[in-house]
Amino acid sequence: MGRKLLLDKVGIVGIRSYDVYRENGGYSSVEKVLKTMSPDDVTNEVKKSGLRGRGGAGFPTGMKWGFLAKPEGVPRYLVCNADESEPGTFKDRYLMEHIPHLLIEGLIVSSYAVGSNRTYIYIRGEFGWIVDILEQAIAEAKNNGWLGKNILGSGFDCEIYVHPGAGAYICGEETALLESLEGKRGNPRIKPPFPAVKGLYGCPTVVNNVETLSTVVPIINMGGDEYAKYGTGKSTGTKLISACGNINKPGVYEIEMNISVEEFIYNDEYCGGIANGKRLKACVPGGSSVPVLPANLLLKTAKGETRMMTYESLSDGGFLTGSMLGSGGFIVYDEDQCIVRNTYSFSRFYRHESCGQCSPCREGTFWMEKILWNLEHGKGKMKDIDLLWSVQGNIEGNTICPLGDAAAWPVAAAIRHFRDEFEWHVTHPEEAQRRNYGLAGYAEPLKAGV
Amino acid sequence: MSEQKLFKVTIDNITTEVEPGTTILQAARKIGGDIVPPAMCYYSTLKDSGGKCRTCLVKVAQGSAADPRPVPKLVASCRTAVMDGMVVENITNQQVLEARDGVVEFLLINHPLDCPVCDQAGECNLQDLSYGHGDDKSRFEFVKRTFEPENIGPHIQLHMNRCIMCYRCTYVADQLTEERLHGVLDRGDRSRISTYISKAIDNDFSGNMIDVCPVGALTDKTFRFKNRVWFTRPMDAHRECSKCAGKVHLWMRGDEVFRVTGRKDQWGEVHDWICNECRYDKKKVSDWVIEGPAKMSRHSVISVNKYYGLKKPKDFLPEVMGGRDPKMLMDIHDVSGVNDPDIDLSAVNGPATSKTFEKKDS
Repeated sequence: MGRKLLLDKVGIVGIRSYDVYRENGGYSSVEKVLKTMSPDDVTNEVKKSGLRGRGGAGFPTGMKWGFLAKPEGVPRYLVCNADESEPGTFKDRYLMEHIPHLLIEGLIVSSYAVGSNRTYIYIRGEFGWIVDILEQAIAEAKNNGWLGKNILGSGFDCEIYVHPGAGAYICGEETALLESLEGKRGNPRIKPPFPAVKGLYGCPTVVNNVETLSTVVPIINMGGDEYAKYGTGKSTGTKLISACGNINKPGVYEIEMNISVEEFIYNDEYCGGIANGKRLKACVPGGSSVPVLPANLLLKTAKGETRMMTYESLSDGGFLTGSMLGSGGFIVYDEDQCIVRNTYSFSRFYRHESCGQCSPCREGTFWMEKILWNLEHGKGKMKDIDLLWSVQGNIEGNTICPLGDAAAWPVAAAIRHFRDEFEWHVTHPEEAQRRNYGLAGYAEPLKAGV
Repeated sequence: MSEQKLFKVTIDNITTEVEPGTTILQAARKIGGDIVPPAMCYYSTLKDSGGKCRTCLVKVAQGSAADPRPVPKLVASCRTAVMDGMVVENITNQQVLEARDGVVEFLLINHPLDCPVCDQAGECNLQDLSYGHGDDKSRFEFVKRTFEPENIGPHIQLHMNRCIMCYRCTYVADQLTEERLHGVLDRGDRSRISTYISKAIDNDFSGNMIDVCPVGALTDKTFRFKNRVWFTRPMDAHRECSKCAGKVHLWMRGDEVFRVTGRKDQWGEVHDWICNECRYDKKKVSDWVIEGPAKMSRHSVISVNKYYGLKKPKDFLPEVMGGRDPKMLMDIHDVSGVNDPDIDLSAVNGPATSKTFEKKDS
């Protein structure tokens, strides 16, 4: 069994309630921090731990906290990004639903570190029942003196508010989230200025993912150096992976970042292999935004090394032969799945969720979806594939926020790795309506020089 | 201010010095000429505008003198402040030009291209942009997105199909009028400008939305289908107005005033907003003091023979006349002195000029 830091207590009956959580060592990190550490000590521990943001971009959390501007007389805010809406990602939901006090505890510690007296949880509107769970947990924490004024006599005040969103994926982008939290239309802001300088209500703000903030708890409890011993290289600690698709055991798994992708898919402790005895065709390792990889590039890198479940290994080879760990939404496709249809499906999602503020994303996602619909429904032409490639290239990097990139990458990767499947859809339009392209050569060992 | 250190910025190999806080676009406009990036959503007199259309993307090849690393992505020049020693590439960078072509294509795929019946034709930023960067044929083979026509009030006609979502009109409503009655509804490719519960936009300064609209999405109902802009001549005019500065352009054909707009500068931007009374109700020449023909930007199809940044051809006469600069009309005038009996023309070396007839007695 791999070591667990976040989900180790999930199996305990009644862990959702305060009493059981407290009996099992809950809120000890708050005690430790408020009684023995300064805010800078906490930030240093997080820096030492090498924790990287779990929301997708993988930016070092300690460094992010270090960038926070600290002008006199201006409040600072910590905002927890619980707007988890990426297709394929459902780890934060699991965490908040099963062990809400872990997040509350992490929020109190992190608020202390960044000096936030008002901390917000911006939660996805669709998670209505989790709003109730979190609000109950906050009330329990407050009744027991972990929130409010002068916590544990330390002079530190902290309040946590839960704010449900209204059903927009774009509000998971940090500046759009802040706009939405301020009560405006959720359009991403133009950066710079970054939220660390001008964020919520024009004040310095830190926005972190649910899992990141929860991970602060074990880091404080065990010390940053000890935490850094978990995992490999710059991917320290454990990561929640939400596995779905054609596998025997879909679900949320906490992995230490030192196992291989092959082990994760085939080991019974995790996904338990491909369902129904089929063969692996492709995989999106980090949520719908990251490039899809065919089986041969998924299990081994282009250099022939075993691919590991780490930030570095999954992005080895850049976007040509690699992908990203992203938010940990691990989607597995077996040989019966159609990559064209899947790409169309993602593309439809991004078209629907684009905020419409900047032209490449608004018009580009609209156009890509239409081209992909044609390709999928046997109405495509060969030049459409090149057109699609050109359109995604015109979107990528030219938008205000990363949603444009996130819409372009899956399309680019699908064409890059599965071009023959796209071409087959064009050359066999009627057959493509009846059956899928199948595994083809996507699992065969790579030819030298590819 | 005089003590403040100026920032040195190089745009397409032309170096200039600007005040800290200036954006790349403003620095480029200071230099002028072809290197100025196009701007469809940025409007210098509207706070927070810009950054949305992405046509002004440029490459920052050197961040600053202190940190010479290039910026990995293209940046929106209208919202990026210059740093000391920054090196920017606009038309000298192929990547920038390709990205701009791509953006223009995106702006055009859903644009109806109904220029022949559009009141904005002739003064439309998107027309200029597609003339400079557009392709001659479209790669878009689907049905264009359309919206239901919507009535937003007595003065302004909304054509949502033409809109490129620059958000300028929302900033006008926020910053000039008492209450914003319209905004952007929905999201993505379905986002649109609307008043939600069909409210009439009728504020004193709401007419300025027409002036800031870069395309024909918001047009003047009093000018609708009356004339083509290139048949009308813009005149600088003013009147005493209690609400606004009263400085306008009158768009006239003969003695008739067809339209009143704010005065636009070289970049098509209005600096003195005008009120609705000046715009809609004062359509007689007698209402105005006419100053003379307005200066226009040279690319415009409106011919007034009075353009910004016009370069006069070099006067080559002094060169060929050996440094002498003859004032031809004066010469002719003075030649009337030919009858002066004091001058012996046969004694003059070469043809007689005005100098020959200069009074000797002074």
